[in-house]
Amino acid sequence: MSEVFYQSITQLAAELEAKKLSAVELMQAVIARTKAVEPRVRAFNSFDESDALAQAAASDTRRAAGQSRGPLDGIPVALKDVIAVKDQPLTASSRILANFVSPYDATVTTRLRDAGAVLWGRCNCDEFAMGSSTENSGFHVTGNPWDVTRVPGGSSGGSAAALAAGEAIATLGSDTGGSVRQPAALCGVVGMKPTYGLVSRYGLIAYASSLDQIGPFGRTVEDTATVLRAIAGHDERDSTSYRATILDYRAELAAHKGPWRLGIPKEYFGEGLDPEIGAAVEQAIAFYKSQGCEIREVSLPHTRYCLDTYYIIATAEASSNLARYDGVRYGHRSKQAKDGVDLSYQSRAEGFGAEVKRRIILGTYVLSSGYYDAYYLRAQKVRTLIRRDFLEAYKDVDALITPTSPVPAFKIGEKSDPLAMYLCDIYTIGVNLAGLPGISVPCGFTKSGLPIGVQLIGQPFQEACLLAIAHAYDRAHDWNTRHPIL
Amino acid sequence: MTSVLPSVSSVSPNQSGYEAVIGLEVHVQVKTRSKIFTRVAAGYGHEPNTLTDPVVLGLPGALPVMNKAALDAVIKAGLLLGCDIAPVCKWDRKNYFYPDSPKNYQISQYDQPICRGGSVEIELPGAARNVMGGHKHIPLTRIHLEEDVGKLNHFASDSLVDYNRAGTPLMEIVSEPALHSAEEAFAYLTSLRATMVYGGISDCDMEKGQLRCDANISIRPVGQTTLGTKVELKNLNSISFVRDGIAHEIKRQIGVLERGGVIVQETRDYDGMTGTSQSLRTKEEAHDYRYFPDPDLMPVRVDDPWKERMRAECPELPFPKQRRFIEQYQLPYTLTSVLVWDRALADYFEETVKLAGVAKAQTVGNWIVNDLLREHRKSQAAFADIKVTPAHLAANVKLVDSGAVLPNAAKEIFIEMFATGDMPEAIAERRGLKAAPTDSGELEQWCRDAIAGNAKAVAEFKAGKESAINAFKGPVMKAAKGKANPKLVDETLRRLLAAM
Amino acid sequence: MSQPTDLNIDHVAKLARLALTPEEKATFAQQLGDVLHHIEQLAKLDVTNVEPSAHAFAVENVWADDVPRPGLPVELALKNAPAQRDHMIVVPKVVE
Repeated sequence: MSEVFYQSITQLAAELEAKKLSAVELMQAVIARTKAVEPRVRAFNSFDESDALAQAAASDTRRAAGQSRGPLDGIPVALKDVIAVKDQPLTASSRILANFVSPYDATVTTRLRDAGAVLWGRCNCDEFAMGSSTENSGFHVTGNPWDVTRVPGGSSGGSAAALAAGEAIATLGSDTGGSVRQPAALCGVVGMKPTYGLVSRYGLIAYASSLDQIGPFGRTVEDTATVLRAIAGHDERDSTSYRATILDYRAELAAHKGPWRLGIPKEYFGEGLDPEIGAAVEQAIAFYKSQGCEIREVSLPHTRYCLDTYYIIATAEASSNLARYDGVRYGHRSKQAKDGVDLSYQSRAEGFGAEVKRRIILGTYVLSSGYYDAYYLRAQKVRTLIRRDFLEAYKDVDALITPTSPVPAFKIGEKSDPLAMYLCDIYTIGVNLAGLPGISVPCGFTKSGLPIGVQLIGQPFQEACLLAIAHAYDRAHDWNTRHPIL
Repeated sequence: MTSVLPSVSSVSPNQSGYEAVIGLEVHVQVKTRSKIFTRVAAGYGHEPNTLTDPVVLGLPGALPVMNKAALDAVIKAGLLLGCDIAPVCKWDRKNYFYPDSPKNYQISQYDQPICRGGSVEIELPGAARNVMGGHKHIPLTRIHLEEDVGKLNHFASDSLVDYNRAGTPLMEIVSEPALHSAEEAFAYLTSLRATMVYGGISDCDMEKGQLRCDANISIRPVGQTTLGTKVELKNLNSISFVRDGIAHEIKRQIGVLERGGVIVQETRDYDGMTGTSQSLRTKEEAHDYRYFPDPDLMPVRVDDPWKERMRAECPELPFPKQRRFIEQYQLPYTLTSVLVWDRALADYFEETVKLAGVAKAQTVGNWIVNDLLREHRKSQAAFADIKVTPAHLAANVKLVDSGAVLPNAAKEIFIEMFATGDMPEAIAERRGLKAAPTDSGELEQWCRDAIAGNAKAVAEFKAGKESAINAFKGPVMKAAKGKANPKLVDETLRRLLAAM
Repeated sequence: MSQPTDLNIDHVAKLARLALTPEEKATFAQQLGDVLHHIEQLAKLDVTNVEPSAHAFAVENVWADDVPRPGLPVELALKNAPAQRDHMIVVPKVVE
């Protein structure tokens, strides 16, 4: 059996329940592991040992009193540093929020507390979740646990790396264009983006409001289902939160039995796809075929427009969402300001990193007078066409199967051109534009030992089915029993 | 909303040969318990930054949720003003930076406002104070809902920001450029404010910033149909300042043209204390607000049942009420022009009339306009706290009418009633203000004595001269030391004279 | 669709309230020119009679009743303020 910090929630919950392990012991093991590997991985922006141990002790007290709150009670869960935890730092990996301490809990935070989870550290990410490598963090670069000279992916790279390195048992990220699924693929863990509206965004630092969605990372699909169940559900504080029926997704894994009809979007297997990844995904497809699934090719004809559509909508929304960071009420305040207006120019110039500035400028431009119709409005219309493509495909199939990322983890500093970096998201962006659920599941390794992920894309609010399809593959393979040597 | 009075044009050519064209943008705070996009309390006069939460402060991660009551209020306002209520409207972000704006964007409505069209009925000054002036309807462009910003307090070397006001629901009511004088603008604001207060939509206290007004003003030679260059006048923070500021701006523009200058498109700040204005910014510095639909909020659909629910809550407005009061109660214009502008006062009048009888409507009106308002002003109490209820006033009117109390005594009773809240009978009794008892044998004797003492008047009365009866009343009243019930005196005299 | 050269970086930076160095302006202008050039292909798509999607799943009339809830105590509300006085946030004098 692997070390305690590499066990799944399912395994740990059983041990905690059987009192073979205490939540404090588990937390201590995770803290020790974190301290051992963090100098190389640097997955966290901050963590609070005494707070985590106090939460773990409270969990043990509950369990001793017969008041355990279920499978997550006592499980250390780390959050991407864009999710508010009361009285803890909340930075979005930006220097503009370097000293910000949240006075409130995000809804997912409250729900994890209600489920008994031990809220562990805040994971590094690209600044304001803008990026695909976590290199855009305003603080430090996170190393991929499989090769710390490579990126963990992004923007939720810290969440993926922390899990892969045994620094947490599960983590949360946020996914605007692939920011959970892509780092999951690059770090060899499971990462899921739920349907837009399934999980409340209240307390999630907004990047692009109409695309952002919080999603769980787990070692297994089963663990991912366990965490999703805890965080999903309508929230009166989020007007875009959907009144969907929330199921016990872990219990549902057994209820949904194949064979399923799976679609292969031909546009996702073209130029730019790393051959090793292509081959691994083909093998995953072959597995489903062997299980009796019907595999058919489908077309998502507007795929080539996804990237442009995404960058217009996401940057436009971001330019407005990030306007509040002006050095007035909170966050970094420039000491160079001449007056109250100059204060915002200087504070923003000093506080934001290059990628954030680039996207704010692009977003401001596409919304500015005379350009709105040509860019933003047009992109919103193309978004409609992209959505229709998916809904059309779902007339014939239950889910789509694609690579998650066109490339495995690349070297830190390798991609200096913004456009080249944007291409990392080509297989994940469409899912956000259409608001669909998507999951990345480990499906092998490159010859050089880097993880590969396969992406499954489901129908709106059919997370139970999507997780069951992913689980069928996951439980039949042992990729998740391999761990990086750190 | 149709006026029963003939519409007259107020466009009287200015003596200078110029005509002013004015459009008003009025911001009205909607009276809700909580803010427009979050449920922390809304209010005025609280300690700084005590009405905030993550949403109000624009903290990272906070999200807006609409307040149903704010939507109800704006629909009601739209119905009261005869607007078309949009079946579907949405929310947009208006992007601009200012330290009083917590998110540096304001949630507003850009191309799909909740109300379009409609009008505000105004009354123009009449020929004399007691003559009703002409009426006209000033057309509205639109009404939309948005969130208010915080408040910046400026000091010598820095500014302090209080976000209590931020997130208060705010209606922007935009008129067509259809006003032509400072007086019309004044009448427009007076009528609009009364409408909002009547509808319970806002208290419209300008001192508290609950109603704020910006004016777009241009002038053109009389007869010209195209509009002149407009100047936006800001910070008109009382209704008189609106009138004075507009009058000042019209004069300023005429002065510029007369001197051969050109009007510059600009925003000017009017200082009501000094009666001067200064330029804030010119058109070149105009904002680019980068409006786009707010992805955090869902669209609003207003269906007919919802509209009907709000219509049922719409009160009768002052002008229709005034026409009804004149028609139904035969009230003179001067009384109605006091009664109808205050909903509580008009309701008070009607309740009293219900108790005192329609025949006494004018008497009731006079009591309210003269005595009640005078005492109310002196007392400085809130109208709702007044101790004289319609039941008190109706009882007093009835006492006079029945002859039990003389008019002068009734005035005394009223003042005491106002101070104590006791019913008039009790006061009359206590203070000995009642007219003589009706069954007094004395009265008949006084009447007999009076008749006996004036044979000439008896003859005249018998000959058919009705007014001759008054000749007996003086001696009777004198004998009664003024406390005889005049009605009973009259009856007794007639009975005795008839028996002769 | 407009040409990428339309990007007036000074004007846009002013709208975005970003004080940029000359180097940043040059770099961003070039990089965003590339991105905008890529975006040009959207112009080729026929979007006649296509409704824009502002939301993935639009639901109407999402609101709450007008019932106040406690907000943040003023100390907590101003906890992150860079400067405060008399329970208000201090900003350098605002001149525009």
